[in-house]
Amino acid sequence: MAAVASKYKDIKELGAEILSVSVDSHFVHKMWQDNELSKMVKGGVPFPMLSDGPGNIGKVYGVYDENAGVEMRGRFIIDPDGVVQAIEIMTPPVGRNVVEMVRQLQAFQHVRNTNGAEATPSGWRPGKGTLNPGPDLVGKVWEVWNVENAFD
Amino acid sequence: MKELKIGCGKPTGATVGEKTEKVKLPDQAQGRKEMDMSVVRVGQKAPDFEAPAYQDGKFGQVKLSDYLGKWVILCFYPGDFTFV
Repeated sequence: MAAVASKYKDIKELGAEILSVSVDSHFVHKMWQDNELSKMVKGGVPFPMLSDGPGNIGKVYGVYDENAGVEMRGRFIIDPDGVVQAIEIMTPPVGRNVVEMVRQLQAFQHVRNTNGAEATPSGWRPGKGTLNPGPDLVGKVWEVWNVENAFD
Repeated sequence: MKELKIGCGKPTGATVGEKTEKVKLPDQAQGRKEMDMSVVRVGQKAPDFEAPAYQDGKFGQVKLSDYLGKWVILCFYPGDFTFV
């Protein structure tokens, strides 16, 4: 969460809000913020930290582990219409890649801003070329896009 | 975030706004209980919910649908004070 918080300014500038959710109470969220998070990132976590004690939200979102009584590391990008555009769910020991999270947000925003006229190929990030899906592109992606473009 | 007056009671759990559909299973599954088919999928609406929250030194109540019109990144994690 500290890593997500450290990129909050960038995410906010992209017009997005972050909501974190765990089964801990909001009282524990306060203690975690005061005793640890605020020492890892200046000002601590600036976004709302939600409490889902009984796992009600986690169950509906498919991230609640009934045996362990905790929620898996799930990440959902939701667009301004309330539609889920991206999901990533991981077991606890592996942390997220916040840079990739921001890249996906930028890519989905780009697609939305072009009303779906443009699609972002593998490894796209702002400034790189997009594809314009349509009859003229069928079988011709190899002419306009190179596999090396997927990697920095 | 709507601010919430906090007493000494146990914090209330989150409520999930939209009812999940009960789906009848096909014939071969007869005898089993009806299941909640509430799996969130890409390209579909995110189920609404409301939950107690902590932000900027205050306790409050957060509702997902209050953020309609904005992009939202919803991050679940295993627990406060865990290591990763």
